[in-house]
Amino acid sequence: MSLLEIRNLTVEFATASGQFRAVDGVDLSVDKGELMAIVGESGSGKSVSMLALMGLLPWTATITADQLSFEGIDLTKISARERRKIIGKDIAMIFQEPMSSLNPCFTVGFQIKEALRIHLGLNRKDRHQRAIELFDQVGIPAPESRLKTFPHQMSGGMNQRVMIAMAIACTPKLLIADEPTTALDVTIQAQILDLLLRLRDEQGMGLVLITHDMGVVAETAERVQVQYAGQKVEEQPVADLFRTPRHPYTTALLNALPERATSKMLPTIPGVVPGQFDRPKGCLFSPRCQHANDICRSLPPTPHSAQFGKARCHHVEQITAGELA
Amino acid sequence: MTAPIVQASALARHYIVKGGLLSKPATVKALSGVDFDLQPGKTLAIVGESGCGKSTLARVVTMIEEPTSGNLTINGVDITPSKWAEMRETVQIVFQDPYGSLNPRQRIGQILKEPLIINRPDMSAADREARARELIELVGLRPEHYDRYPHMFSGGQRQRIAIARALMLNPRVLVLDEPVSALDVSIQSQILNLLVELQDRLNLAYLFISHDLSVVKHFADDVIVMYLGRAVEKAPKDQLFAAPRHPYSKALLSTTPRADPGARKERIKLEGELPSPMNIPKGCAFAQRCWLATEECRAAPPELSGGTHQVACLHPLD
Repeated sequence: MSLLEIRNLTVEFATASGQFRAVDGVDLSVDKGELMAIVGESGSGKSVSMLALMGLLPWTATITADQLSFEGIDLTKISARERRKIIGKDIAMIFQEPMSSLNPCFTVGFQIKEALRIHLGLNRKDRHQRAIELFDQVGIPAPESRLKTFPHQMSGGMNQRVMIAMAIACTPKLLIADEPTTALDVTIQAQILDLLLRLRDEQGMGLVLITHDMGVVAETAERVQVQYAGQKVEEQPVADLFRTPRHPYTTALLNALPERATSKMLPTIPGVVPGQFDRPKGCLFSPRCQHANDICRSLPPTPHSAQFGKARCHHVEQITAGELA
Repeated sequence: MTAPIVQASALARHYIVKGGLLSKPATVKALSGVDFDLQPGKTLAIVGESGCGKSTLARVVTMIEEPTSGNLTINGVDITPSKWAEMRETVQIVFQDPYGSLNPRQRIGQILKEPLIINRPDMSAADREARARELIELVGLRPEHYDRYPHMFSGGQRQRIAIARALMLNPRVLVLDEPVSALDVSIQSQILNLLVELQDRLNLAYLFISHDLSVVKHFADDVIVMYLGRAVEKAPKDQLFAAPRHPYSKALLSTTPRADPGARKERIKLEGELPSPMNIPKGCAFAQRCWLATEECRAAPPELSGGTHQVACLHPLD
């Protein structure tokens, strides 16, 4: 049994102009100690699907799923009160903007101890001890004195460490990191990614890394799933994905990276990600795809077998066989 | 070699920060002693982490701010604040965030015409409109976009509008302050291609500010690596990426993630973070994070030296 099992997750938002489907039939499974990466551009639904899992979406969202289970517990069936015992304790999340995720009115020490008090019920002395231990674990120098500082007194990298310390405070079994390094500089990014990998190894937790940075994926993940406009379009082990991308979108995305460029002009993907009003009828990528034909434009594709990277594409077999250039 | 369009020598910009009631005001040395030449049709990239002074440099070159000391020559003219108004036509800037840099209440046509209304008051309204429409086409937008508002556009299209606005006055230099870092990968490549095309066609000089080394490697001709307001290495792109000589450049290159899972390479992990710009160490600013630092390094800041590949380090790498 995998740690987290999501099948056919759909999230719709009620907007003034009708229902908007932000996540469309996404599957995800994560094992203990595994690092799963979700990549996609903005609007691909990667954050929303994880927020749905955490129960952090506003009331305008309608969440449906065939399965949404954590350690065999069906999260859609349990009450909000029971869910609160799991969220924040066994499933924790790190957000993109450390500066805006921490409360500016309280010291970081207060904020980390809050989680320890509510979820673990530790007394004042133990909380203090544990908070120091956690700060030390995430590499914050002089942890005891740092507990008394406010978020604005520290740098972005330090604040992100505080966020990580808070997330791992209750030794979660699953950690979701939503663009944990996007707001940080590269030298700090390397420190934070190393820290996450080390914690995963030490505590054997599952890690879901949401990112748009192909470089970060290549250097850290084991399995990768690619999302486009709310759908999962491909899933492969990291080395295979970069060697033989199956879905035309993944191929185009990798080709558009400047570091893979062969000439001064980069290959581009024409057009933009479809929005609420211009959602195509068939394959969502068809308006931008070089292989698209009439089938693609009328019939939504279903995912292929794992051999073809579970690609959601009508032509993946022909592309693999080299029949379509 | 043609004459450089922008020449900077020993440019510096310091800010005075008022302390509390009882503490003395402090000086932030955002930029100290930066030299460079920029040729027409070439791209000079400035790379570094946040707080290294790259945006301050952009503001000084665009004449938004006056340098505290040092000389700036644009198109052969020594720049002093009295020359700003006339010289600003030569240097224009494209900002990082296309969501924040366009007025949401103005139509695209109005946004584009504004620089002309201010700088060419004698131009007729019809000519202004013709020029705006010409630029809309040049940056790859459609004629009907002229009457739309910024919120109707995606990030990539907005960045095209920002580029069109910067080109309205026929500048010779474009300062690009992280022009693609707010965009998705697939859109990023469209904008980079547009910039390459425009440079070829209009012989523009680009001062390209970025923290993304893979973009710089693709786009730039020459690169300056900055650390805490100083240039630590200056070299043609190929030389820098093949063999960085400053330990900081090397660390920066080694920590940039590469989209190639096979290539396990050795990462240089820098300990700690940037020192505060209010309290720059006496010697080399990088010394406290550097694995090669010696006593000499901490005594006096090293100067940039060398031929085409210059480095400011007492123990440069080979």
